Amino acid sequence: MYGKGLRQLSIATVVALAASLSLVFFYAPLDADQGFIQKIFYIHVPLAIVALVGFVVGAVFAIAHLRSSDRRWDAYSYVSIHMSVIFGVAVLITGAIWAKASWGHWWVWDEPTLVSFLIVFLMYATYYPFRYAIEDPERQARYASVFAIVAGAFVPLNFMAVRLAQSLVHPRVFATTNGGLPGSMMLTFLVSLVAVGLLWLTLVKLELTAKSASGQLKRLRRALDAPVPGARSRIAPEVS
Amino acid sequence: MTPSSTAFKAIVAKDLRAELRSLQSLPAMALFAVTTFVIFRFGLDRTSLSGSLASGVLWATLLFAALLGVNRLFVAEREEGGFDAIRLAPIDRSALFAAKATALLVYLLALELVVVPVFAIFFLDSAAALGPLVAVLVLADLGLAATGTLISSMAVHSRARDLLGPLVLLPLVVPLMIAATGASEPLLAAGGPGYHRFGTWLGVLCLYDLVFLLVGYAVFDFLLED
Repeated sequence: MYGKGLRQLSIATVVALAASLSLVFFYAPLDADQGFIQKIFYIHVPLAIVALVGFVVGAVFAIAHLRSSDRRWDAYSYVSIHMSVIFGVAVLITGAIWAKASWGHWWVWDEPTLVSFLIVFLMYATYYPFRYAIEDPERQARYASVFAIVAGAFVPLNFMAVRLAQSLVHPRVFATTNGGLPGSMMLTFLVSLVAVGLLWLTLVKLELTAKSASGQLKRLRRALDAPVPGARSRIAPEVS
Repeated sequence: MTPSSTAFKAIVAKDLRAELRSLQSLPAMALFAVTTFVIFRFGLDRTSLSGSLASGVLWATLLFAALLGVNRLFVAEREEGGFDAIRLAPIDRSALFAAKATALLVYLLALELVVVPVFAIFFLDSAAALGPLVAVLVLADLGLAATGTLISSMAVHSRARDLLGPLVLLPLVVPLMIAATGASEPLLAAGGPGYHRFGTWLGVLCLYDLVFLLVGYAVFDFLLED
């Protein structure tokens, strides 16, 4: 049932990604300061935004889970956070590449947004060991939801504290005095943001579909008294 | 239903009495902190500290010593069946959160009462910074007590509780440590205490405390179900 619409969504994602990449390489003008390397901005920033929104979405699903005790919400929350953590790895890698190209170092500590993102990433990276150290599945789901809510509250506080800790400059692309991005760059950026958002959505849907399929398969096997391979059920929430 | 304040007082009194009689956490925390100062003395090869170095050493040590206390916080509840008793008792579950956070706050304050003067004797040229430092210590302890109680109550139910508490708590308290070190750094500066952005950092500490006390209060009911 989770597979419904997956094909259409995938096609839309591929089209959006293709459009965004064409715009990035053939339409958006070269940046006057940074030249070609600035184009990584069109993938780095959307990835970061989508990952952060994904964490928030995970927290919202977690609230829904605690309010309704419907285990489906927990699976949604888990998959949202899981996908955002993966996107987070990509954010840190593209951020490091950008830092190397424009400042000459792989890691720059006086870049508050990137440092905040690293801390948020480290926080959410503990979601997995935390979750899987709790054996009882019902309790695991509940505690994981509490974690998602606590971490969701932590994200804005962390961004604020890191920003206050250093008053140095970042290429603040949106908030320059002369009106921010030129129109063509803004358009490219927005298309990229939509494309990356769709990619996140597709991957979340895909993982939910896969989990639901393997859950069904396991139930069928159990019904047929066939051996259930592996101990995978502990590794991720089951989807009915 | 027993009023929350009665339950709160009873649990805090029970915790503090148990700690006073068994002395399981506090001496270990203090000993750990003092030994860490000695290690820093050789690790940094400094006999006196000031400014960012002083505030870094102080807060790193206090944080890791606090983690010892956080790890032990719910062990008795878990092993002696205290959780079941609380569940059976006709009290508001949030009282347990408030009581445990208060107990942890008292432990941390007691720890600092011993350890911060030792730090001053070991490394500081003058004790002038200790007065205003109290405000930073109290606010940071409040945040640590809120997050520590919340994480500890979950970690204690896991397979790897000694590992998991610190693992989850450390990234969670990064903003708290940023604010605490930011406020302490000018206070501990070489030429006498300064107050550069002191108010801003105290504001951040207050906000952090408020957010996590509220979150803890809101979600704690769910941690005691079943």
